[in-house]
Parts: sequence; structure tokens; C-alpha cells
Amino acid sequence: MMGPLRSTRKTDSPRLSLSRVFLGVWSRAGAAFALLKKFLLLDLLEGLRVTFKAQHPSKIYTEQYPAERPAVAERYRGAPRLNNHPETNQTLCIACDLCAIACPENLIVVGSVRNPATRRKELTTFTYDLSRCMFCGLCEDACPVDALELTQDFELASYTREGLIWDRQMLEEGPRPVRYSS
Amino acid sequence: MSATFLDTNELELNMGPQHPSTHGVLRVILKLDGEKVLGTECVIGHLHRGVEKIAEARTYQQFAPYVDRMDYISAVSNGLGYCLAVEKLLNVTATPRARAVRVILTELNRIASHLFWLGTHALDIGATTPLFYCLREREEVLKIFENYCGARLTTHAFRIGGLQYELYAGFEDQVRAFCGSFPGRVDEYEELLTHNRIWTSRLRGVGILNAEECKRFGVTGPVLRAAGVAWDLRKAQPYSGYEQYEFHVPTGEAGDTYDRYLVRVREMRESVRIIEQALAMLPSGPVMAKVPKVIKPAPGEVYVSIEAPKGELGYYVVSDGGKNPYRVRVRPPSFLNLQALDTMCRGALVADVVAIIGTIDMVMGEVDR
Repeated sequence: MMGPLRSTRKTDSPRLSLSRVFLGVWSRAGAAFALLKKFLLLDLLEGLRVTFKAQHPSKIYTEQYPAERPAVAERYRGAPRLNNHPETNQTLCIACDLCAIACPENLIVVGSVRNPATRRKELTTFTYDLSRCMFCGLCEDACPVDALELTQDFELASYTREGLIWDRQMLEEGPRPVRYSS
Repeated sequence: MSATFLDTNELELNMGPQHPSTHGVLRVILKLDGEKVLGTECVIGHLHRGVEKIAEARTYQQFAPYVDRMDYISAVSNGLGYCLAVEKLLNVTATPRARAVRVILTELNRIASHLFWLGTHALDIGATTPLFYCLREREEVLKIFENYCGARLTTHAFRIGGLQYELYAGFEDQVRAFCGSFPGRVDEYEELLTHNRIWTSRLRGVGILNAEECKRFGVTGPVLRAAGVAWDLRKAQPYSGYEQYEFHVPTGEAGDTYDRYLVRVREMRESVRIIEQALAMLPSGPVMAKVPKVIKPAPGEVYVSIEAPKGELGYYVVSDGGKNPYRVRVRPPSFLNLQALDTMCRGALVADVVAIIGTIDMVMGEVDR
């Protein structure tokens, strides 16, 4: 406690010039102020000012989840979806297998048969193992026809492991989480 | 065994891996004489996933999402380091627009990382409030990431050769608004902490690591700069166009925990300056350079290091000419900085160990990989 006070008393010359007196008084006042600051915890009050500024009711809000769902970004990488053509309701997927090749975790399995009439591959099954998915978006980027897409749905919990392995029907319809409306 | 201060037996105490302030799953075996620390021993590996081995079974593009999961607090920086390494291997340079956007996003990530560090570090010391304010601002940064690439934490924002996504409408306004409000927020944190008596007396003179010791341990980042060495890879070996931006490298003097706090706070302010400059000169043009669909680099090896928020983050990639990397080795800043823990802790109190672990700013996902 006495440290700063003692250091201000140091006078090596007997002749005191006016400026030295002024400096001495000044630093002694400074030391007294520092002591007062220490005593009254002024530096802590400075921080409390910030705390109380943030207490205003207009700055407080609570997200009412799950009654109100938060709006996620347009590009959000959530549950995968297999898109159908909006008019014909036929799948857009051409069973090219590019998403399965792009996937780092090898969790996509595309099943297809070749239609002898049109000589084109047609999609039969599509399995997507969400339990191993890390939502990197590489499958979505690889898709040449925008059939596979990661959507804004983010509630993917399931009671079973098998429930996370989505088949073609699940991928086309999307998840149906419980709605809690008030 | 030498006689101890209180003439008691030397006590071995386990701190972690479930201790809340060991920031993940770090186990520190403390050798104690009463409250005084005689030595520490780190036990790591609880979060080991073999990321480097995974790389050998993935193509170059497929491995990119995994690097986000090493230092998950600054996933964007990890992505940048990996992409730069593979680009160097391929002899490809990202387009000017992609480079500017990369700088903006990595600097935003640096702010987010330092904010998270500041909040949790203050929480460890006993100051609860800064955490709420820090996470509030971090949330704004994560919103920008979510809007840009669709994920908040493990972003996978960059691709080899540039960017996958063009900027969304309103990106510049959102980032400008953040840069406008953020320095005022940093003032608030400083008001809360910098002159706070409890804060200074808990941090000043704790965990001193001088420049010589830093160099001996290979410690980089804010810990090195707080010891007075102005070593920043953004200045020393500019990458991704950092030579175009004007910024200071803040340094400390004492090399103690308090100086490391000051250095990181000043770094956040400098990051805002870099972002504003990058936004002002954001070039137009394509975001993706010409990169083959199947990446098969010529046989060779590269080492590329960048200045991640925690220090020098290096990627050593070896190609044997195939589709998959032959070997990927990561030089994580946290792992090397953690080595200095024992030197910093010797002679300190147990309560200081918490402060010292916090000030190293390590992420166990990166230490163990």
C-alpha cells in the first residue's frame, strides 16, 4: 500500500524549485487518487458500467425454440433432399453416381436399372446414411442436375440408428419434426 | 527428493481430462508442494482420430472438410492452409477475388477465435460477464459464415483453387456493419478487463515465457509476440495477398499472461483494419481458378504454413502422383505451444495453472488430431 507514496517523497536536492514542488504535489495527488481508487474499487465500477448498460430490456431477447423456429441461412447445409420435377413430379436424379463418388464418407448408395427402351439409367433406390454425414456439401456440389440438395431442415434426431439411414422416399419427402405450436 | 517448502510430501494431482478449464480433454499431472507447482506432465491423445491417416484414403478434395475438424474454433484458417498447400503442389494460384474473400473470411475467423478465447479465458479466471459479450459478437461472425457457406463452425468455405460459392447479396454490408460496431465492443471488453484489479493481479507476472524459451520450444503466434518477437507469417512470408494490406504486428514486453491478453485484443483490432481494406479493394472476376476435376498432382512435396489465430499452422503434403495424398502432416500451433506449459507452470500456484492453460489458447482437436 505504501509503495507508490514513498517513492514520491524522494528529494535528493535541498533546494526545491517551484516546478519540483508542483510535480511533487501533483504526483502525491496522483498517488492519493490511486489509493482512493483502490479503496473505493473504482476500477471495478468502470466494468460494472458496461454490465449495467447491457441490462436494458430492449437488449435482452430469448429465442422461443421450439415454439418458433429460427430462420437459418438460405445456403444452410442441413437435411438432404432428393428433388422431383415440380411439374411432372418425376425425380430429377439421373443416377449418375457422382454424389456417391464425391462423398468422403462413402455413405450414398445409388441403385439404378437401364431402361431398354430409352437406353437411359433410371433411379430405383437411393440410400443416404445421415448418421455418418458431416454436411460438407460435396455431394450437392457434385450433382450435375441439382437433384440432391442440402436443405434448411435441421431437426434430424432419431430414436434408432436405422432411423438415420434415409431411403429414397424419406429423401424426397424430407423430415417431419414434431411441431409444438402454442 | 529434495526438501519441499512446507516439508510435506510431494503430491501428484490429476487435472483433467474432465476438468472444465482444461479446454477439452487435456490431462495434466501436477506435482505439487502444497499449492505450489513443482512440475507438470501433459497426457494428450484423448481426442485422437487419426486425421492424417484418413487423408491417405481420401482424394484431395475429399480431405478438405476434415481439416475443419482439427481446430474447430478457427476452421476457416485450417481450410486456407490446406487449400494453399494443395494449390502449391498443383502450381495453381487462386483468383484475385478468391484471395481477397479468403483474407476477409480468415480475419473474421481470427476475430471469432480470439473472442472465444477471451470469453473462456476470462471465465476461467472468474470473470463471467465477458463471455456473454464475446459470444454475442462471435455470433455475428458465425452468422456471416452461415450465410456465406451454409455452416457455422465446420465451414468448408474454401475449395482447392478458390471458392465454391460466390458472395451472397448483402455480404459487404453485413461485414461493414460488423467492422463498424466491433471496435466499440472491444473497447467494452477492455473497460471490463484491462484495468480491472482482479484481472491484472491474476495475470501480471504469471506464466512468463521469454523470447529465448519461445524459440527453443517452437512456440509461435500471440504467445511468441507477447514475448516481444514481432514474428507474424502474414508479414514474414505473405500469402493470399497479405502483402497488400497495411497492419501492425502487436507485441508485448513481459511475455506474461497479461501481455498475451493485450496482444490478442490488439490483434482483433488489426484484423478489423485488414477486413476493411480488403473490402474496399475487393476485385471482381471469377472465384475459381482452372483446376482439373480429378486432382492428381505431380510427385513431390510441399510445406505451406499460415498464421492461424493460434500460431503457425503448417501443412506438409506429399504426392506420389495418385489421386490421394501419399502423406499429410499437420504442424498444429496448439500442439507446439502446449509444450511450454511445464516451463510456464513451474513455481506457480494451482490457480495459475488454469490461467496458463487458458492463455496458451489450445484446442485439443488440433493437439491430438
